[in-house]
Amino acid sequence: MDILAVLIPVSLFLGLAGLVGFWWTLKRGQYDDPEGDSQRILRGDYDDHPKP
Amino acid sequence: MTDTMTNPTAEPEYPALAACPACIATPSAVDRARAAAAEKAARIMLSVPDAHCALCIQTVESDLEKMPGVKSARLNLTLRRVSVEAEPGISAESIAKRLEKIGYPAYELDPGQLSMTETDKQGRDLLMRLGVAGFSMMNIMLLSVAVWSGATDATRDLFHMISAMIAVPTVAFSGQPFFRKAWAGVRNGRLDMDFPISLAIVLATGMSLYETFNSGHHAYFDAAVMLTFFLLAGRYLDFRTRAVARSAAQELAALEVPRAIRLTGEAEEPVAVADLRPGELVLVRPGGRIPVDGVVVAGQSELDRSLLTGETLPVFAGPDLVVTAGAVNLTGPLTLRVTAAGKDSSLHRMADLVAVAENARNKYTTLAEKAARMYSPSVHLLSFAAFAVWMWLTGGDVRFALNISAATLIITCPCALGLAVPAVVTAASGRLFRAGLLIKDGSALERLAEVDTVVFDKTGTLTRGTPEPVTLEGLSPEALAIAAALGGASSHPLAQSLAQAARAEGAIPAVLTEVAEVPGFGVQALWQGRRVRLGRAHWVGAEPLDVTAAYLGIEGQAPQSVAFADRLRDGAEEAVAAFKAQGKRVILISGDVPGAVGDLAARLGIDDWRAEALPEDKSAAINALQAQGHKVLMVGDGLNDTVALSAAHVSISPASALDAARVASDIVLLGTSLAPLPEAQRVSVRAVQRIRENFAISFGYNVIAVPIALVGLASPLIAALAMSVSSITVALNALRLK
Repeated sequence: MDILAVLIPVSLFLGLAGLVGFWWTLKRGQYDDPEGDSQRILRGDYDDHPKP
Repeated sequence: MTDTMTNPTAEPEYPALAACPACIATPSAVDRARAAAAEKAARIMLSVPDAHCALCIQTVESDLEKMPGVKSARLNLTLRRVSVEAEPGISAESIAKRLEKIGYPAYELDPGQLSMTETDKQGRDLLMRLGVAGFSMMNIMLLSVAVWSGATDATRDLFHMISAMIAVPTVAFSGQPFFRKAWAGVRNGRLDMDFPISLAIVLATGMSLYETFNSGHHAYFDAAVMLTFFLLAGRYLDFRTRAVARSAAQELAALEVPRAIRLTGEAEEPVAVADLRPGELVLVRPGGRIPVDGVVVAGQSELDRSLLTGETLPVFAGPDLVVTAGAVNLTGPLTLRVTAAGKDSSLHRMADLVAVAENARNKYTTLAEKAARMYSPSVHLLSFAAFAVWMWLTGGDVRFALNISAATLIITCPCALGLAVPAVVTAASGRLFRAGLLIKDGSALERLAEVDTVVFDKTGTLTRGTPEPVTLEGLSPEALAIAAALGGASSHPLAQSLAQAARAEGAIPAVLTEVAEVPGFGVQALWQGRRVRLGRAHWVGAEPLDVTAAYLGIEGQAPQSVAFADRLRDGAEEAVAAFKAQGKRVILISGDVPGAVGDLAARLGIDDWRAEALPEDKSAAINALQAQGHKVLMVGDGLNDTVALSAAHVSISPASALDAARVASDIVLLGTSLAPLPEAQRVSVRAVQRIRENFAISFGYNVIAVPIALVGLASPLIAALAMSVSSITVALNALRLK
């Protein structure tokens, strides 16, 4: 059961990484326009001239 | 912003023909105000209600970016708003015009009115708490699976310990919205849904901590965090629905900025209506809305009072006429002496009536409130009874009895109840928003479902409020040509509409000389040396008809009349027919003359109609219906409807309505067609049905789970299962809404 000493910190670290990622998307305003973003991703002209 | 903003049609085509010195002076004032507005407008927000698709994004953004002076444009499809970064000097108005041209009517938003940052912050705050709760829930769940599958002794204690380390900070952070609300409720002496929620979370965490330190078998950390997560999800949905509605309601409020032009000596200055004092002079340009109650001092014109009274026929305005705020000035500039502004004006008195009517409606209890009222006390009683009985049965084993009592609280906890209403309301209002209806008030959906009588206003609601000629057959080709030319020279709505209709008939405007608009009367000109006139009956020399009409006089010929009828709003027939098919009673109450109202009622197949109704009559009629036990839906747009709108059980107004009417109504129709109304009613009935089903589902789960908890058989596994399964069922049931 010594493996637990490695696995538990690893799983917690992964979870925390996910949480930090979520926090980052939140700060970047990625939930402000879910409907628009879902449509934008399908647009061809975006691939050629991506907007910041 | 200037007052022209509220009346895009009013400018910049000042009737160049109008023979008045004031008209020449006006553009400078407009320009000054516009320049002042443009200087600070580096970031311009416009509402684009018609944007709905991927193509819209592309069209709007690429078109705006081609516009000189525009740095970048971004369309937010969720809020249907475009935000434009432009160089100083680009006005919101010019952008709105450009968008209008490519088929997207746009309205400027006052960024000051939109307290977006605050709402955004609240939403992000909730989302962050939800995210933290989700993260903890997943990690604790992983650890719990090991415990459920039979970890014992030191391993179990270790896992409980780690769970505690994750759960305690999570509950302390994510549970705050509930704790705060529960505390506020307790201080005000009432127990709402938040109190049992907080109690369950705190008790579960506390008990589990105690058990962990004493190497107990059961720890409910997973349940406590899961509870927080699911309830926060419900809160967040609820918040989102209301935030979207609120921001749109603010948009509507920001659309209209009340301004007036004050005359001081020689100068004109745009001022806020609130700053006007009785006795001051105000200039109202053609096309402008009269901002105050007052008396005409100078000028001649015609007034469109359809928004005030429902009459379609414009009335003549000359010196000494008493006018009330809200009427639209049609042909000539008017100078008014203010008799009442602000609090004393007729507009404000109307607002007082509205406030009284709204008081009565606020007593409505929503389904969620009813459920909470039944639920909170019974849960506390149940949990306490379990504690007492087990204390007695075990002879004073506090730890065991507390465990049972906590398990009862957790199992009965309203995960599903907390999701039952928000999930359905989110689904339903999303559907209605796509159909072009904006729910301003949370309980409006439930109230709409109960409706059995529909009362319509006429002018501006069932009709567009824009008249069109009934027939042009009586006019000879040359008369038609003259009418097209004369009508095109005036800004009067009847003249404009006549010119359009004549051109549609194929008439080529005749060549006229010495064209002049005589404010208040009509337009006149010379045609092949003969005087021709288009205007009011006695000015042209004709017998007035009893319907809305314009008169065409050609020197040497008998005057001819063209009757006008109000054009039906799109979808009016469908809406009325669908409401009747649903078995609802449809009533038409208008302030217009009996002839016009009767015609329209016959056209739409409405048997029950009333004409010449004053605002008080309308609300009295609705109150009488409601006293008989009917639930009334009022659809109206005018100032004369506001009291009726707030007196009705639920009310809808089109986006073209006056500010006051939109504020008074629960639902705003964003598009121009009335067709979505019956569909909206149907959706609301379904939504309420789903809410009831959801309550039944969560009640059903409790019926099964509570006895298990009471006899002491509840394990953390059963609690976790009951909670997640009931929440997911409820959410799925809400999504079934079609």
